[in-house]
Amino acid sequence: MGSMPEKPRHGFGSLVTGLQEVCESGITKDLAWRRSQLKGIIRLLTEKEEEMFDVLRDDLGKHRAESYRDEIGALVKSVNHTLRNLERWAAPEKVQAPLVSFPATALVVPEPLGVVLVFSCWNLPLGLALEPLSGAIAAGNAVVVKPSEFAPATAAFLASNLPKYLDPRAVKVILGGPEVGEQLMEHRWDKVLFTGSARTGRIILTKAAKHLTPVALELGSKCPCIIDRLDSKRDTQIAVNRIFGGKWSLCAGQACLAIDYILVEEEFAPALIEVLKSTVKRFTTTPDCMARILNEKHFKRLSNYLKDRKVAASVVHGGSVNPKTLTIEPTILLNPPLDSDIMTEEIFGPILPIITVKKIEDSMKFVRSKPKPLAIYAFTRNEKLKSRIINETSSGSVTFNDAVVQYVVEGLPFGGVGQSGSGQYHGKYSFELFSNKKAVFKRSFLIEFMFRYPPWDNGKIGMLRHVFNTNYVLLLLGLIGLRR
Amino acid sequence: MATEMEAEICDALYADVGKPETEAHVHEISLVKSSCLFALKNLKKWMKPKKVHARLMTFPSTARITKEPLGVVLVISAWNYPLLLSLDPVIGAIAAGNAVVLKPSEVAPATSSLLAELLPRYVDSTCIKVVEGGVSETTALLELKWDKIFYTGNSKVGRMVMASATKHLTPVVLELGGKCPVVVDSNINLHVTAKRIAAGKWGCNNGQACIAPDFIITTESFAPKLLEALKKVLEKFYGKDPLLSEDLSRVVTPNHFNRLLDLMDDEMVSDKIVFGGQRDEQKLKIAPTIFLDVPLDSAMMKEEIFGPLLPIITVEKIHESFGLINSMTKPLAAYLFTRDSKLQKQFESTISAGGMILNDTSVHLTNPHLPFGGVGESGTGSYHGRFTFDAFSHGKAVLHRGFGGEAKARYPPYSSAKLKILKGVLAGKLGAHIQAILGFPRGK
Repeated sequence: MGSMPEKPRHGFGSLVTGLQEVCESGITKDLAWRRSQLKGIIRLLTEKEEEMFDVLRDDLGKHRAESYRDEIGALVKSVNHTLRNLERWAAPEKVQAPLVSFPATALVVPEPLGVVLVFSCWNLPLGLALEPLSGAIAAGNAVVVKPSEFAPATAAFLASNLPKYLDPRAVKVILGGPEVGEQLMEHRWDKVLFTGSARTGRIILTKAAKHLTPVALELGSKCPCIIDRLDSKRDTQIAVNRIFGGKWSLCAGQACLAIDYILVEEEFAPALIEVLKSTVKRFTTTPDCMARILNEKHFKRLSNYLKDRKVAASVVHGGSVNPKTLTIEPTILLNPPLDSDIMTEEIFGPILPIITVKKIEDSMKFVRSKPKPLAIYAFTRNEKLKSRIINETSSGSVTFNDAVVQYVVEGLPFGGVGQSGSGQYHGKYSFELFSNKKAVFKRSFLIEFMFRYPPWDNGKIGMLRHVFNTNYVLLLLGLIGLRR
Repeated sequence: MATEMEAEICDALYADVGKPETEAHVHEISLVKSSCLFALKNLKKWMKPKKVHARLMTFPSTARITKEPLGVVLVISAWNYPLLLSLDPVIGAIAAGNAVVLKPSEVAPATSSLLAELLPRYVDSTCIKVVEGGVSETTALLELKWDKIFYTGNSKVGRMVMASATKHLTPVVLELGGKCPVVVDSNINLHVTAKRIAAGKWGCNNGQACIAPDFIITTESFAPKLLEALKKVLEKFYGKDPLLSEDLSRVVTPNHFNRLLDLMDDEMVSDKIVFGGQRDEQKLKIAPTIFLDVPLDSAMMKEEIFGPLLPIITVEKIHESFGLINSMTKPLAAYLFTRDSKLQKQFESTISAGGMILNDTSVHLTNPHLPFGGVGESGTGSYHGRFTFDAFSHGKAVLHRGFGGEAKARYPPYSSAKLKILKGVLAGKLGAHIQAILGFPRGK
């Protein structure tokens, strides 16, 4: 139950204590310092844009447009939003104080947690490192970023550039694989944000429990896309455009927010598939319009899904894989077996199963039969169906008639629930995730009520009842009668 | 239940911890009632989806945050405020729409069985259940999959709860303890200060409360005055022989009694007693006991005391107290008595704690507008009022888009023209938005 902090062990002991000292010195708490760091991130994103495009292409084969839209541009927007609102978020918030405590002031004062650790993921290696970093800095913390070793060019880029654009005393990058991650977790952190798989998330949590380190987990899930019968051709085309954007255009489907599978009514499925096929053809005229698969391990995993005989039989478009270039063409399946791996695991790739249901309302039951996803997408004009989806399913978020764009709406929290994670961030939520909201209650010596103190008697209990029932009239009468 | 069963509840609380009737009313029954009433009054407001500014980027669209229940939650309560710490979280969990399992502390058996017996009579027992038991029952419960676990207790078990929660990736709220420091300046109303410290320490279950003042820091020169004031106040509150006073809780179990005796009789501190020290093993009672300048490496200064022992640590200048507090783990609450506004400001910005009060102790927990919870070793997550509702809810982001505003620039095949428009859109440039919506670039 000790109250004195434990002595740090293992290789990163001096890293952690050094950062704690930096925090204690008050540097990171200073608003001007925070602003300068956030501006440093903007400068990095502007000045090193070309280099960032290069490393993202090296690591994932992403086209610059995708890199800009999903990572660099989204970051610029987000950090500017933070800069505009920093003072407001950091300001103490006055709250109501009960009349009986008059004169008193009650405040909620946000303060930094201290030293935080951010684990980034390989699929949006820049975004998933810098977005949490900006939030942690905005909240006044010192930060260690551990980029994913699976995106080595980006990791190296961060390691060499963050010290140039940000204050290297308070912002550090640590490179390495899982052993490094585990070693880092041997220490106590004031907060950890982990983006990645549930398996690794559990390892992080287990280590965190030893030190009571609070952890926010951004995990994966099978994000369903419910497509209602759309009567107009234009609506269908737009829906399919957006589905493409939410699947193949997003790191070839390797994203936690990507559409994993589709649910559609039996009768509408053929029409949908036709439009999907033609749109895929139109959008993928050049090979660089879709990212490649991260590495051989994931390529094998995805190819194996298609090797399952019954799954292979359900392919209605695509299916070809190229182990040399680590690319898989956009592949559409119609009703693969529900117990196949591809329908029980998060796909994280460019394969899109379509599951048909008799009535679109049945899709909600299907979604509920699986763990709560990070996002649910639904294309429909039916307001009743929309209400039902919101009320009868649970997910990190719900987006109607589009996919993934909720990521850039700064006012909306981003995060999962249940198996898809816990803790939310983006915009103000990032600031809060990395803050301690300290309750502050200021009283004066002026007014003192004797009934607070022992020795107790029934008279005092009576007065206390009035206080708790906020019956100020009776309280006042009692005071006049009882005043000593 | 809290109204009709008042007498039974007071009896159970007396049986469990020897809690005086007033404390039972003020600290437990009344707080449970006000918590319920506050939730009832505000429920509609809390449940209402919150509209969020959707901005130009996703135009046309509307964005909202909808609160939904997490599902089935587990509340593990503590023994010192066995009614309040059971029902307060349960109230919030119900308000947020969850099914709840409550595991009251076995160290307060009378209250535990009272809750097991009464709760099903007053609430829907298909959704709200009480499971009694000790370590093995708690361990078995922790093996199961919950949507949230809310634990109040000590950090050792807190670690075990967090470790168990890992299996199912269950989020947790941990309301733990710590050493709550009280810094006492000389620029104060001494009599009122002494009363408020005494009320927060010995008037709160005889020091067995997570937010009870644990130790005092004051200047060498002021300590004697403070000590005299405390002695006077204690005699007024509890009489010349505190062991005979009905207004002091007893120590909860022989284990804790012996633990406190060990702290008191430790040769590092036993010669530092300046007041009190009386104990009654039969009744498990220890009188308010004050120590002056115990060594900082004594057991009393390393562990959370959770009892009627109060060390006073002296420093030369009052500002030195901040460094001392910061050398320890972050407490659940920190208290400062002073009229000096500069000192107040410094305290507020230098000390990190779950909560802090200026010129009083403990009372912040009765304000439902303030979040109550720890930071660092004192816990994670907070509750009370709306914060309990939020702790047991998921704020689901909902974005409604229409089929209008289709931007070709979003889709491949990519081109530098498209990239230019995207850049403009992301930078919030209206011109770029218009181009995007109008379907630029033309051609492909």
